[in-house]
Amino acid sequence: MQDQTTIMDKAQLELTLKRLAHQLIENHHPFNDTCFIGIQPRGVPVSDFMIDYIRGLYPGLPIDYGKLDITFYRDDIRERLHVPSETNLPFSIENRKVVLIDDVLYTGRTIRAALDALLDNGRPSKVELCVVVDRLFSRQLPIHPDYCGRSIDSIVTQKVKLIWGDHPHVILYDAA
Amino acid sequence: MQLSTRHLLGIRDLEPQDVQKILDTAQQFKEVLQRPIKKVPSLRDITIVNLFYENSTRTRISFELAEKRLSADTINFTASGSSVSKGETLLDTVNNILSMKVDMVVMRHSATGAPHFLSKRVPAVIVNAGDGINEHPTQALLDAFTIREKLGTLEGARVAIIGDIMHSRVALSNIYLMRKMGAEVMLSGPPTLIPRHIEEAFNVRVEYDIDKALAWCDVANVLRIQLERQNQVLFSTLREYSQAYGINRRRLDKVGRPIHVMHPGPINRGVELDSDVADSGHSLILGQVENGVAVRMAVLYLLSGKS
Repeated sequence: MQDQTTIMDKAQLELTLKRLAHQLIENHHPFNDTCFIGIQPRGVPVSDFMIDYIRGLYPGLPIDYGKLDITFYRDDIRERLHVPSETNLPFSIENRKVVLIDDVLYTGRTIRAALDALLDNGRPSKVELCVVVDRLFSRQLPIHPDYCGRSIDSIVTQKVKLIWGDHPHVILYDAA
Repeated sequence: MQLSTRHLLGIRDLEPQDVQKILDTAQQFKEVLQRPIKKVPSLRDITIVNLFYENSTRTRISFELAEKRLSADTINFTASGSSVSKGETLLDTVNNILSMKVDMVVMRHSATGAPHFLSKRVPAVIVNAGDGINEHPTQALLDAFTIREKLGTLEGARVAIIGDIMHSRVALSNIYLMRKMGAEVMLSGPPTLIPRHIEEAFNVRVEYDIDKALAWCDVANVLRIQLERQNQVLFSTLREYSQAYGINRRRLDKVGRPIHVMHPGPINRGVELDSDVADSGHSLILGQVENGVAVRMAVLYLLSGKS
């Protein structure tokens, strides 16, 4: 990982995640019609943080929050098999608004798979997408975020990664 | 993420991490099977033939369901009613089927080694659904999955395999798998149905006293008495077998602690297992059947990557 650039440090990232959480509150409070779903594996730390934050602001308010694994819905299975993670949706999504939460939006293929996986669990009235980083001009499918932390320009050989741990941050590096 | 083997011919060829991958993946498929739409598109570009040269209820239905839940196209072949009766060889039959662009073959055959033979001669991925008295790998995997679900881990689990060890492919696959995953294995049954020197060959215990075996184990995997594979008298009557080795309520009560009872099916009720045990809370038998679909989905999914 030479030539890596930090595009968001811990403070910036937390600020962005809190801003996204407030946007979700603005549009969805008091959440009785809405459920939040983190996309496995990398969207889940993001959604964990945001949901913890929202729950902190509204203690006692029930918020439906689940995790969705999309491994079996990927369109690149014949090229490479991926390790499946846990799916846990302990609520019905039927006729409710669903907010999908992920870390980086790139080609849009993960979200396509997530929509398929989601619809196998019921028919939501509306699906929205919330991402921390939107990589512009790289989409391969007509998919756009409703809530976006940061939009960046990047080229195909570069990768964007959100790193968790004691000092969460977002980096951009050359993968070639 | 892929398995270390291209085919699933037996547990013997698998590495412990392969077993781990299959069981972990099966866990996720089990969740898929609880959804309103119990289907994923993973194998929609794959065609699978189920080639059954021997009778089967559970395994065939379970494989077929697993394939459909993965969106694969399936063809079913049973030896009766096919050109096998006109004298067509196994290899000819399979090559003819494969020329119709089939990617995977799930096969059961009464001849030991039939899937191994095919795997060396045809380009398709072969999944062994039971070959003669050799192995029945997916049964052992679903047994392991069921035990892991109940006990949390296979490491250190005490598994007694009871009954006709000699003729049982389920027993052999289970012995391989349990030993690979760190479980302790005790074999119990009449001396005529337990091969000699099996202790040293597989590092397992042998206990001819069924009550002692039950007192020792966490899980009792009771096997079917396979009358169709026995061509000599190995015990005098079924009634005598039942009295000496059959698992009944009285025997389990004597142990004084709960034991999980498993059986690969079909059960000879009143012979190796009494109905009051088979239908009791001790029994994991229907859970095994349920888990079978998830485990077979995992196997097919993990083998599909190499085609």
